Parts: sequence; C-alpha cells; structure tokens
Amino acid sequence: MSATGIGAPVRRKEDHRFITGQGRYTDDINRPGQAHAYFLRSPHAHATLKKIDTKAAAAMPGVLGIYTGDDLAADKVGGLICGWMIHSKDGSPMKAGPHPALAQGKVRYVGDHIAVVVAETLAQARDAAEAIVVDYGVLPAVTDTASAAKAKTQVHAEAPDNTVFNWHLGDKAATDAAFKAAKHVTKLDIVNNRLVPNPMEPRAAVGDYDQGEGAFTLYTTSQNPHVARLVLSAFIGIAPENKLRVIAPDVGGGFGSKIFIYAEETVCVWAAKKVGRPVKWTSDRTEAFLSDAHGRDHVTHAELAMDADGKMLGMRVHTTANLGAYLSTFSSSVPTYLYAPLLSGQYDIPAIYCEVDAVYTNTAPVDAYRGAGRPEATFVVERLVEVAARQLGKDPAKFRTQNFVRKFPHQTPVIMMYDTGNYSASLKKALETIDYKGFAKRRRDSARNGKLRGIGFSAYIEACGIAPSAAVGSLGAGVGLWESAEVRVNPIGTIEVLTGSHSHGQGHETTFAQLVSDRLGVPLENVSIVHGDTDKVQMGMGTYGSRSGAVGMSAIFKAIDKVIAKGKKVAAYVLEADEADIDFKDGNFSVKGTDRKLDFGSCALQAYVAHKFNGQDLEPGLKEGAFYDPTNFTFPAGVHICELEIDPDTGVTRIERWAAVDDFGNVINPMIVEGQVHGGIAQGVGQALLEGARYNADGQLVTASFMDYCMPRADDLPSFEVGMTVTPCPSNPLGIKGCGEAGAIAAPPAVINAITDALGHEDIAMPATPQAVWRAAQKTLSRMAAE
Amino acid sequence: MANLSMTVNGKAVTANVDPRTLLVQFLRENLRLTGTHVGCDTSQCGACVVHLDGKAVKSCTTLALSCEGASVTTIEGLANGGALHPMQEAFREHHGLQCGFCTPGMIMAAVDIVNRRGNSLDEKTIREDLEGNICRCTGYHNIVKAIASGAEAMGKGAAPARQAAE
Repeated sequence: MSATGIGAPVRRKEDHRFITGQGRYTDDINRPGQAHAYFLRSPHAHATLKKIDTKAAAAMPGVLGIYTGDDLAADKVGGLICGWMIHSKDGSPMKAGPHPALAQGKVRYVGDHIAVVVAETLAQARDAAEAIVVDYGVLPAVTDTASAAKAKTQVHAEAPDNTVFNWHLGDKAATDAAFKAAKHVTKLDIVNNRLVPNPMEPRAAVGDYDQGEGAFTLYTTSQNPHVARLVLSAFIGIAPENKLRVIAPDVGGGFGSKIFIYAEETVCVWAAKKVGRPVKWTSDRTEAFLSDAHGRDHVTHAELAMDADGKMLGMRVHTTANLGAYLSTFSSSVPTYLYAPLLSGQYDIPAIYCEVDAVYTNTAPVDAYRGAGRPEATFVVERLVEVAARQLGKDPAKFRTQNFVRKFPHQTPVIMMYDTGNYSASLKKALETIDYKGFAKRRRDSARNGKLRGIGFSAYIEACGIAPSAAVGSLGAGVGLWESAEVRVNPIGTIEVLTGSHSHGQGHETTFAQLVSDRLGVPLENVSIVHGDTDKVQMGMGTYGSRSGAVGMSAIFKAIDKVIAKGKKVAAYVLEADEADIDFKDGNFSVKGTDRKLDFGSCALQAYVAHKFNGQDLEPGLKEGAFYDPTNFTFPAGVHICELEIDPDTGVTRIERWAAVDDFGNVINPMIVEGQVHGGIAQGVGQALLEGARYNADGQLVTASFMDYCMPRADDLPSFEVGMTVTPCPSNPLGIKGCGEAGAIAAPPAVINAITDALGHEDIAMPATPQAVWRAAQKTLSRMAAE
Repeated sequence: MANLSMTVNGKAVTANVDPRTLLVQFLRENLRLTGTHVGCDTSQCGACVVHLDGKAVKSCTTLALSCEGASVTTIEGLANGGALHPMQEAFREHHGLQCGFCTPGMIMAAVDIVNRRGNSLDEKTIREDLEGNICRCTGYHNIVKAIASGAEAMGKGAAPARQAAE
C-alpha cells in the first residue's frame, strides 16, 4: 500500500479551504444585481386561502415582485413531484395530492409556502411579506401518525382516510403458519420518533437568468444537482436541460435533506427571469425546521416467533408511516422498499410479513434522513431480538449468534440476497472491545454508587450502493441508480475526474483521488475531482444511500480501465511493440520481457501530440467515460455495543463506552470511514436520547429552533471505539460496501437496549430524555424496593 | 445609517452601515469575509464565532456598531501568512471536519478555549467548553482530539502574530 493509495489514511485535500475560511457555500455566492427572496409561510397547519391581498406590500420600498401560486400556474410551472410509485396491496397506485411550489387555494402545514417577495434587500422583502394580508379559513389539523387514517379532517381530497397507500411485503400465509407453530412469541409496540436532519448549513439558492442566452443557472445546496436539473426540467418545466445549469458548490452537510427538490429553489430560479435579476434565498434555522423534509415518524407493532430453542421462525410487522402534508421527492420509497426488505436483519428468518400504511398529516413532508427506512427497520429488529432474548432468559449475544445468517449468498424472504458477510466475527470483536466479560463487575460498581448501568447490542444490516437500475425500476423508482464518471488525462499527465457523485462532507476529493493515484501511479496532487456542476459533469445521480463508494467509485474504476486500455494502444505505437505485449504497472507502460517502458505522463503527451500513430488507426487524446450500474445492493453490517449509566435521581443518561465493529468491505481511507461512523453514531444517539420533532394538536411545530430541539453536543457523547472486519463485496470491482449511514442505523437500538437493560423494564420511548428516564427509573426503584 | 470603524484581521476598515447590521453581516456582506458562517438564529450553533479583542464572541448576536474601535479576528485572519495556525493544522491532521461548515467557528472557539484554559486540556474540559458549538458531521470525536493536539502545539510553538497582537 502506497502512502496515498487505496487503504491509506490520507489527510484530506479539501480541508485547506475549509480550515482557512475559503470554502464556497451557496450563501457565499453573490451575483451582480442580486435581489433577495423571502417566503411568506402559513402560520396555520391547515387552512383555505380565501384571499391574498398583496397590494400594500407591493408598494413597499425596494419590492421588485410578489408572486403566489396563481403566478406559477399562469406560467405553467408544474408541481413538485414524488419520484417513486408505490402500489397498494389491492394493486391501486398510491393516492397523491398535488404539491404546488406556492400554495393554491389551501395550505397544509405550518411553514407551507403562500407567496414569495423579491426585493432589493432581505430586510425589505421581509417587511413587505408582513404587509401581505391573507384571509385564512382555518380548518382542523391532523398531526398524529397513529390516528391520521381515522381523522375527520382530510388533508387531500385525493386521499380518502388520509391514506397514501396500504402496502405490504412478504408471504402472509407462511408467516401466519410460522406463528402458529411457534412456542414463543415476543411482541412490541414501537414509536420511531420524528427527526429534523439539521445539516449545519441551511438550504440556500441563487437563481440567475441570462436573457441573451435564454438560460437559467441555479446555485443550490444539493446532494444531487443532476437530479435537481432533471426534475426542474422534465417535470416542473422551468427550462429544457440544455438551458438550465445547476451548480451545487461546497455543501455543508445533507444527511438526505438536500436530496429533494423543494419549493424555494424552484421559485428562486423561476423568479430570476420574472424580475430580470438574480434572486437569492437563504433559509434561516427556523425555516429549516419548518420546511426541510423531516425523517422517521413510524408507529409500529412487531412480533417475532421462535421455537422452543429460540430459533427464529417468523416476523410480523405493521407500521403506520407519517409522510407529512405532501409527498416529497423520494418519500414513498422510505417506509416501503428502504424499510421492509431490511427486516430480516442479520438473521435467518424463514418467514416475514410486513404491512405499511402511509398517511398524510398537516406536518412538514417526511422523506429520507440518514439511513432512510433502514434505521426504522433496524430499530424494530434489534429491539425485538433483545426483548426476545430477555424473555427467553438467553444471553443477548448468544441469542443473536444462534440466529445469525451463516451461509452466503442468503436469500431473505423480503427481496434481498445477502452476498457476503461474517456476522459472528464482528460480534466477537465488539464483545472483546467493550470487555463484555467485565460488564457484570462494572454494573455492580455502578450500583454501589447508586447508578443503574446497562449494556445494549445492535447487530445491524443495511442495503447500500443504491442500486441496480432495473431492480429499482421494477419496484417503482422513476429513475435508474447508476453512476457516471469521466477521467480526463491532460497532456502532461495531470488528471481531472468528473463524477456524478456529490461530496458534502464525505471527502470525495481525497478518496476518489486515492483510487486514481493508486491505479494510474500518478501523484495524488496531480488528480483533481470535479463534481457538482451540470455544465461540467454531463449526468449523475448524486450522493445518498451510502452509494458514492460502491457505485460512484466503481464508475471511476471502469473509466480508468478504459484509460489504461487506450494508453496501451498509444504505448504500443511509441514503444514499437504489439499491443498485447504491453503491460501497465506502477505508472509505467512496458513491453513484456524487455526494459522498454513509457511512463504514464509521457504516454498522455504522446496521445495528444499524436506523432507516433495516425488518426485513422487510433484517435488522439486520452479521455474516457463510464456509466456503472450495480448488479446488487451492497450489505454493510456490523455490531455496535453501548454501555451507559443512568442516574436515577436526575434521569441523566451518560454513555460510558461505545464499541463499533463494522464490515464495510474494502476501505479506501480508514480515517474518513471512521469519521463517517463517528458522525452516524452521534446522530443515532441524538435520536435515542435527545432529538424529537413535536407538533401540538393544532399543528404548530413546538420544536422549531436549536433552543427547543436538542441537538447532540460534545458533552453528550463519549469517544468511540471503532473497529472493522472485512468481507469484500463481490458485486463491485473495489469490493466496497458503503459506510455513510451505518452509525445512524446501528445506534438507536443499542442505546435503548442499554437503557432498558439498566432499567430492567421495557417501558421507555425515544427520545429517552432525562425526564423520561427519570420517570422510568422511578418504576425500577419501586420494583427494587418491593423486592 | 451610522459610521463604523474597526480593525479586522489586522486591517483598518471603515463603513457606513444600517444600525441594525450584525457583526456577521458586516463581515460576510460588507467585507466579503465569508468564512464566518450562520447556522442558526438563536446563538446556539457557534458557526459564527470570531474573536473580538481576543475573546470568542458569536458574531450573529453582536451588533456591528458595538464593535466600534475593536479588533476582530476571523478564520481568514488566523493563519500567519502562509503558515497555518497550529489549531487549523490540528483539525486537518486529526480529521476534525467533514462538511466544513461549522469548522471556522469550531477553530475560533478552540483557540479561545486554549487562551482561557491553557495548553494541557483533558477530554472532559474540551467537551464541556464546546457547549456553544454544534457539529452535525463528526460526532465530535475527532474535534476533541484535534483540540487537545492543537492546544499542545500552541504551547510548543510561538503564538501566531495575530494572537499576539490581540
């Protein structure tokens, strides 16, 4: 392994600009003549818009234009779309209401977009928005997930009983039979709490219109600028693709929330032509809470059937998933195909049946947030398994081992074909890391200090590398999920790699360059990664679902194959040898069995000067592109163990130790991969202990700032002990599985299993705040006193 | 509108600003020093931390006019010419950043912790003193390591000129 090649913990190339304040985020971009947009949002969760009077506002200083849904409709601007079709059990397509970028006739959640004011300054735009008079016909709101289908209030006329779909997966008859044959059944009711993604950079957009060219440019905080362009062109109808450039420059975190095509970005680019000026909008944090797509929000009943020995026989799950007031871009896929196919976990379960009812409510749209469906599934599986072990009186580690999948490939009863893995190896290493044998003593020590200590396991699996295009197409996806790459070798051997993946913290500028440096034998500093601009990179699907390594880098790998193949042809002419006799190794083309060789840079130069061959036999130049479509999902898996201590007097939970052992297949840069694990765990711990988005019965979001919504801070978390096991992924050339979401998927059940272990009962929900834990601990103390 | 003069990263600046202008707006919009970020509206996240007369402040809740005559250091002014500040170097070396958005505020807060508490910092102190800064990417693990290492390096090397000037 070279110091900069595959497997090396190379320090990141992109860091210099970030640590010196030279990053270039969307809000740092200012265009000449730029005006500012402010959105008038609904203060009501559900209301008809009887009248919108903008007359006084339009006369305010600095106002350039005020637009409502009628103006968008007049310009034939289409509504926002959901790109994944789900069919109900009865075969009917999901029932989707319209989703205009600016409301038409009705608002459906607090923060819904009523009008946009464009003015010379932001302060003027905001002042004018306050002068718009809206006559609301306030309607009752429905906010509760579990009861939404029974509510009298209807969010969309198109969706009776507020139901988007009643979907299912698995073999019901086989599962029912498994339960009939079972000696033991564990049952659990679970709420997966609603979260707000909260990347530190709020969303932002700058729309620009070039009148001479008739072309738009949108600078935006996107994880997938090409998908944004596709949707804005093909569905919303802003402009054809060749007249719309989307640039996603440095993006300050996404975690899913910047995948989607939102109202604000759409309106900014459209309004730029309308006012004849660039239009900028930057979300403030409260707007982000109100209008970024939220995550999770499931209410679930789950059952696990076992035989007398504790062998798992079947699983039955019913989930109600809250999708909010409108269907966001990929919302329908999250509680369905990103959820139920993961319910087999790491276990050999012969029969699984899952039903999902998706409901509309008067809340912000819910869509993918780090893990997207897989954390919800893992929480169900790992809570069920832990409780089952307790009820059977089995050690939770041994019970898991007993039921682990051992033979690969393994076909689960819920679509997935696990290709490879070694679950026992990860568990064994995690048990050693946490010193499981010493836990009993540590628990006694805590008890002596009046504290309750617990340990909790989470053996998670996720499906990443999303995904084979034909497979997702058959499941309802509106797009294919391949990735593209272009490797441009310059005449003196420096290289630009254009990728459809997008880096918003993942460090692609480093890891992708490591791959190129490793394979072509060129110094790391000679490789530049270009991404995030639809005028530079032709097409791509972007970054989410831990796909940039497994899919994005595989595309680069394929393009490099082509560069090497072309280089061999060039070298054959220059070295006057047969192409079949040319080898390429360590940056040199050489003739087999001789000392004649041509270094990569010289080969590039020869390809461009084209003096040694004629253009009829071989095209000049050295530039190759590739599209890579995966052949399977990838299946990262691992075991996280959380050990914590509860102070029953205060309800404060301190995480004392965290062991994470993950199998991500082959790793390009372990430093970056560990960083991804750390961040994922923190978000998972946030879900388990701190974070929860709450709407009151009127539909007001009562957790709409960092003062009300508890983000994990440094002193809420421990340092993590992170280890790895490796079974290379067989379905892609680099053997990569993906690592971006693992921590967020693994962590919540590990924490709750540890808390319930400490408490000695299961009566706690997420987030397990000090108040909730204190209440639960009183129950524990009174039981202990009674004993 | 009101006249304002202060020193930013060692340079004297003067401007005529709306009295409502916040320090962060003045830095980002008037001076185009966009390294200082805004991550919330409630003084919670710390992405906007700069040094005002040598002490960390949240520039999103500081009126620019209240800084009349003061000396402000932003992330752009932390490096001494071409040489990175030891805390910047430590964040890179220990992978203390991912998306980079909270990073300027983190680094400015970290330097302030060292200024207040010295060069030998234990994990507990660092975690507690980071109470005013939120990072969503790193889980803080590597930030804590970076700050401990950066603090030590600051003790060994000469303080950069800008810090000395403050």
